Amino acid sequence: MTGARDIRNGEALALEEVPVVGFEEFRRPLLEGGSRLAALFGRRLEGRTRLLAVSARAETGSLVVAATDVGERYPALTPELPEAHLFEREIFEQTGARPEGHPWLKPVRFPSGGAGTADFFRVEGEEVHEVAVGPVHAGVIEPGHFRFQCHGEEVHHLEISLGYQHRGVERALRGGPDKRTIHLVETLAGDTTIGHASAACAVLEALSGTRAPARAHALRAVALELERIANHAGDLGALANDVGYLPSASFCGRLRGDFLNLTALLCGSRFGRGLVRPGGVGFDVEAERARDALSRLEGALEDLARAVALLWETPSVLSRFEEAGRVSREAAEEMGLVGVAARACGLERDVRQEFPWGMYRFSQVPISVAGTGDVLARAQVRWLEIQRSAAFVRDHLRRLPAGPVRAAVGGLAPHRLAVSLVEGWRGEICHVAITDGAGRFASYKVVDPSFHNWTGLALAMRGQPISDFPLCNKSFNLSYCGFDL
Amino acid sequence: MLRALLARLRQGHRTIAFPDGAPALPDRFRGLPEVDPSRCPLECRACAEACPTNAISTGAGRVAVDLGRCLFCTECVDACPGDAIHHTSEYRMATRSREALLLEGGPLDRARALEERALRLFGRSLKLRQVSAGGCNACEADVNVLNTVVFDLGRFGVQFVASPRHADGLLVTGAISRNMELALRKTWEAVPPPKIVIAVGACAISGGPYVDHPEVLNGASAVVPVDLFVPGCPPHPLTILDGILRLLGRIGSGERTLPPPR
Repeated sequence: MTGARDIRNGEALALEEVPVVGFEEFRRPLLEGGSRLAALFGRRLEGRTRLLAVSARAETGSLVVAATDVGERYPALTPELPEAHLFEREIFEQTGARPEGHPWLKPVRFPSGGAGTADFFRVEGEEVHEVAVGPVHAGVIEPGHFRFQCHGEEVHHLEISLGYQHRGVERALRGGPDKRTIHLVETLAGDTTIGHASAACAVLEALSGTRAPARAHALRAVALELERIANHAGDLGALANDVGYLPSASFCGRLRGDFLNLTALLCGSRFGRGLVRPGGVGFDVEAERARDALSRLEGALEDLARAVALLWETPSVLSRFEEAGRVSREAAEEMGLVGVAARACGLERDVRQEFPWGMYRFSQVPISVAGTGDVLARAQVRWLEIQRSAAFVRDHLRRLPAGPVRAAVGGLAPHRLAVSLVEGWRGEICHVAITDGAGRFASYKVVDPSFHNWTGLALAMRGQPISDFPLCNKSFNLSYCGFDL
Repeated sequence: MLRALLARLRQGHRTIAFPDGAPALPDRFRGLPEVDPSRCPLECRACAEACPTNAISTGAGRVAVDLGRCLFCTECVDACPGDAIHHTSEYRMATRSREALLLEGGPLDRARALEERALRLFGRSLKLRQVSAGGCNACEADVNVLNTVVFDLGRFGVQFVASPRHADGLLVTGAISRNMELALRKTWEAVPPPKIVIAVGACAISGGPYVDHPEVLNGASAVVPVDLFVPGCPPHPLTILDGILRLLGRIGSGERTLPPPR
C-alpha cells in the first residue's frame, strides 16, 4: 500500500480509500517527477487542515490522489516544487495553515476585500522605476493589477496581483448541487462555458453513477472544439492588432463571431449556455442543423486560413512575434504551465491525449506543439489547434452517434471524491468534488488553467521592453475571473 | 501587400445593416420571455421554483419575470407543465429604469432617449470607459464584439476610450465585487459631468448568478446611478447596441414601442 490512490479522469472513489498519510509520505511522491500538480488544496477539519493533492501522471494516464493533515504551520513544498507556489498561497489564504519557508507568501484573491493592498517585490537602484497598471484597464478587459519593475524600457520583474473578480463561486458551490450549480460553473469563465460545464458534469456524473449517452459526449466534444476555434481565432486577430497589422485583426475579429454563432446555432447562445447539462446535453442537433453547421464552418475556416496566412507572410508581423516574451521549456515545466502556453514551449501536455475522457477516449486529437516558447510559438500552436479541432468537428458532426442526448441524474453518493480534467481552450481545467454524508458538496475545488499560467506571463516579461506587454499578455490571454473564482 | 489587398477584397463588406432591416438571429435564440398565465395549472409554481436566480414570482393568476435577474436559461421553460412560458426572438430589451425590467404581463417599456441637454451633448458622440467588476468576461466579450467590422460601433459615434477623463460615461459589467467597489467609484468620479452609466448584463443589474453572494454588491446601482439597463447573460451584442442607440435617440425616438404581436 503506497501513500496514494490512482484513479482515471472522471472517476470517483470512496473518501475512505484516499489514504491520509504522514507529511513526508505525502511530500515525497510529489517531488519525484513524471507528474504535474493538477490540484492542491486544503480543507478545514476540526483543529487541523487536510491537504489534498491530485497529481496528473501522463505516463500511466492516472490521477494520483493523496492527503495529509497539517496543523497551523507546515514545511512549504514550494522551495522544492515551484509549481505549488500559488496553491500554497491559496491554502494559507483559505485555511490559515502557514507553509513555512514559502518564498512569497501573500494573498491570492483578497476574499475579505482590499485587493492589491500588499507588498510588492521591488527592484531598487538609481533609474529604476515602477509602473503600476490596473485594476481598471484601457480596453474592454477584466480587472487585474500589474506592477512592473523597470530600468528604462526594460522590465526586470512583473508581479501580477488579482482577486478583483472574486465573487465567491467555490464557496457558493458547497452545499450543492442545487438549481444554481450549473449556472455557477458555466460562468466560472464565461469564454470557457463549455470547458468548465463539461468538467463539472463529469464530476456530477461520476458521483451519481450516471452514464451520459454517446451522442451527448460527441456533442460536448464538438462544442468544446468550437469554443477552442472561436477563441483561438479571436486571439490570432488580437495579436495582429497588438502589432498594428490591421487586416488580420479585422478579419479574425469578424470570424471569431462567426464561430461563436455556430455554437449559437447549436444551442441559441454564442457562449454555449445551456448546452452541457448533467447527464448529457440540453439540445439535440438534427441532421439538417449539423449540415448547416458544417457548411458554415467550412466557409469561416477558408476565410480564417487566408487571414492567418497573411500573418506568416508579413515580415513586419513575424519580426514582432519572434523572440518576444520567451519562456524556456525548463521554466514552463518547473512552473507547471498548461495548455497553449506549455505546448508553445515544447511540452506535450494535453488532457485530450494524456487523460482522455468522453469522446476523446475514442477519437484522438494530435497534440500541437512548437518549440520556441515565444509569442510566435503561441500563435503557431493556436493555428495548428484550430485546424485539428476543425477536423475533429467535421468528423463528428458528420457521424453523430444515434440515440438520446441526456440521461437522468440521480442523487450523489455520500462520502466520495471525484476528479475531472478537461482540456479547455486555455489548457487544463480541473474540478475536484467531495461529498458529505448527505451527498452534498462538502468541498468543490476549481483549478482554471489560468491559475497555472499567470506566472508564465510574468516570466515571459523578464528582460522585455514594457511596450511589448500588451502583445505578450495577449499571447497568453489568461482569464481573470477563472483565476479569481 | 498584394495578398493583403486580395484578402481584403474577398472579405467584402461585412457590416450589418442594423438598425435598418431585421437582424439574423439563430432559431434557438432565447430572447424576451413571454408568459401566458391562462395556461398555468392552478397553484403551480414550477417555473418560479426552477429559476436559478429567483427571477420569477407567481400569484393571483399572474406570473412576473424580472428581466434584470433572468439568465435567459431554459430552466423555467423545461419545468413548466403547461407550456405557459417560452422565449421569444425579441432581442430589444434595454430599459431606462430597474423597475421597467419587471415584466408583469404588460408591454416592456423600452429605453427612451436621454433628456434634451444630455442628448445634445452625447447624441452624436458618446465616449465610454468600460469597467469590468466581478463577472465572467462573457459580457465583456460581447461588448468588445461591437468594435468589429460586423457591428462597427464607431459609425454611430460611440467609442470606448482609455481614460475616464476622456469619457462621457461608464459601461459597467459584473456583479460589482467588493474588491472592485473602490475602483468603480473612483473611475466614476474621474469622469467629468454630466455623465451616464450603462449597466450591461444580469450581473451588473442584479448580481446575476452571484446574486446575494456576500462577495458582491448585487450590481452597479449599489455604487453609481445607472441610466440604461441591458438585460441578458450575456446580452446579445444587438441587445446592447439597440439599447445604446435608443438611449441616443437613434432608435425609437423615445416613443413607447410595443412588443411584436403574439
